Amino acid sequence: MEVLDIIKPENQVFCKSKLMSDNPLTYCPGCGHGTAHNLTMEVLEEMGIAEETIGVAPVGCSVFAYDFMNIDMTQAAHGRAPAVATAITRCWPEKYVFTYQGDGDLAAIGTAETIHTCNRGENIVIIFVNNGIYGMTGGQMAPTTLEGMPSSTSPYGRDVKTMGSPLKMTELVANLPGVYYATRQSVHTHKHARKAKKALKKAFENTRLKKGLSFIEIVSNCNSGWKLNPNEANKWMEENMFAYFPLGDIKVDGNIK
Amino acid sequence: MSELKLMKGNEALAEAAIRAGADAYFGYPITPQSEVIEYLMRERPEKRTGMVVLQAESEVAAINMVYGAASTGKKVLTSSSSPGISLKLEGVSYLAGAELPAVIVNVVRAGPGLGTIQPGQADYFQAVKGGGHGDYKLYVLAPSSVQEMSDFMGDAFDIAFKYKTPVMILSDGLIGQMMEKVYLKDQVPRNTTEEIIEKYGDWAVTGKKNRSQNVATSLDLLPENLEKRIERIYKKYDQMEKEDLRYETFECEDAEYLFVAYGSSARIAQKAVQLAREKGIKVGLLRPITLFPFPKKQILELTDQVKGILSVELSTGQMVEDVQIAAQFRVPVEHFGRTGGVIHTPEEIVEALESKLINNGSIRHHKTRESSIL
Repeated sequence: MEVLDIIKPENQVFCKSKLMSDNPLTYCPGCGHGTAHNLTMEVLEEMGIAEETIGVAPVGCSVFAYDFMNIDMTQAAHGRAPAVATAITRCWPEKYVFTYQGDGDLAAIGTAETIHTCNRGENIVIIFVNNGIYGMTGGQMAPTTLEGMPSSTSPYGRDVKTMGSPLKMTELVANLPGVYYATRQSVHTHKHARKAKKALKKAFENTRLKKGLSFIEIVSNCNSGWKLNPNEANKWMEENMFAYFPLGDIKVDGNIK
Repeated sequence: MSELKLMKGNEALAEAAIRAGADAYFGYPITPQSEVIEYLMRERPEKRTGMVVLQAESEVAAINMVYGAASTGKKVLTSSSSPGISLKLEGVSYLAGAELPAVIVNVVRAGPGLGTIQPGQADYFQAVKGGGHGDYKLYVLAPSSVQEMSDFMGDAFDIAFKYKTPVMILSDGLIGQMMEKVYLKDQVPRNTTEEIIEKYGDWAVTGKKNRSQNVATSLDLLPENLEKRIERIYKKYDQMEKEDLRYETFECEDAEYLFVAYGSSARIAQKAVQLAREKGIKVGLLRPITLFPFPKKQILELTDQVKGILSVELSTGQMVEDVQIAAQFRVPVEHFGRTGGVIHTPEEIVEALESKLINNGSIRHHKTRESSIL
């Protein structure tokens, strides 16, 4: 039996964005990346700007983002996506440019590029998927790993005395004048996904209006890295991640809330 | 008519970048090449041609900006000096792997480490043997005058786009800092958006419009695919050797000995040729202008004629290894060079020729060793 025999178009109430390719996603079942990809593509589709958009893929789980997002993309070295995006927007100021990065990429190895790109107020969108762990390399401690949270490089839990505290990047960059919009969202329920999509739309609108940098953090799960099933992972995320990384707008229209 | 000016090497290079129709420069200050970005900022190229100039937060950021701009089909360059180039090499490897055109200028100072700000030529291995990780080469141009700092910029862009490859201009602190007269080339207009889409639409990331998706990436997880990509890249290097190898010879017609030297050392060796000839020693100079590809065949041919070769570099001896390979041990090949920022004099080069190759040189030394074994 083929897929189309099961899913009849006349019965379809929801489908992925036309800008998503048909390549099978390489993400673990239950991972938030697929939803975050789809929401981003839905926004470009609805705004009619896909042909004018260039995405920058990171190193990490979403390194193959260009296999799933059927738009022009440049794959950057680890942590350097904001620098790559800076050059693209400076050379093509009329284009929409976004980076799609994880927490290891954006908040550890790429911290300097993140902060300086935000400080210059580059007219781009940064989509920052924070799941508190290095997913692709197999569950090592990230700069956003919570206190006491075990990982393969903090097997007895993150000890803040020797390993530092989890880094709140969105609050940090929100203080820079170049950042016009900073918000923290999640995509694990329909309600949250709808809000995240609104935030993404606002971000690309900001690019259109040449307002400067929009920074969208999406707190997500990593059931493989967290060693939990998808439901448990979402529950754990709500109880622990949201407590330290509270959802909501941090800076809107250039004003800190 | 080209314009005649008295300029520093670094400034001539910066002016040449504007005139070559460069779209963007991304850099970070470091002695002895900071005049490049200072000149560009002073000249306001955004007003002259629309060229983007940005001071990055680090060399690492700068080379990744170069990667981003290059991925969109723009003519882009960066410049730095030795320690800064070390930082850029990850990005250079990505440019080579993703097959993107870009120009990287190294105004070499002496190292290792922070070393000194004085000139050196000890980044030869780094430039011609890869430098960054993985299987790749750079096309390397070595200017030996302020005029060539200007002339090679346009040439470097032509090669970068002909082969979709990063190109390095390997200069040094002497050429970068000295002032000479220079004939500047006429302004080449920058590519328009339509020209970029027309010329580079099959690979440049410009927005997916009326065509399939373009992706700039160096990632190929399947080993067989990556092997194919590398083989394709290496075919370009073979083609470079056939079509774009550059060198020049000086006083080689009757030469009994040969200097091989590039960049600032070639200028000093040229004077040494004159001094040696005044003493009755018939010596010539071969100057590789491209260090990769390297004039191997030309050096091999000269071994039929000369009794010995002295490779002259501002280092403890790096290019000498390529000269030895080229000469296939048919004649003795020796190295001479001061290092650490010390610059050799023409007299020292002649003395080295006499002591290493003519008088107590390796020909006799070699024979003595042979006879002692027998």
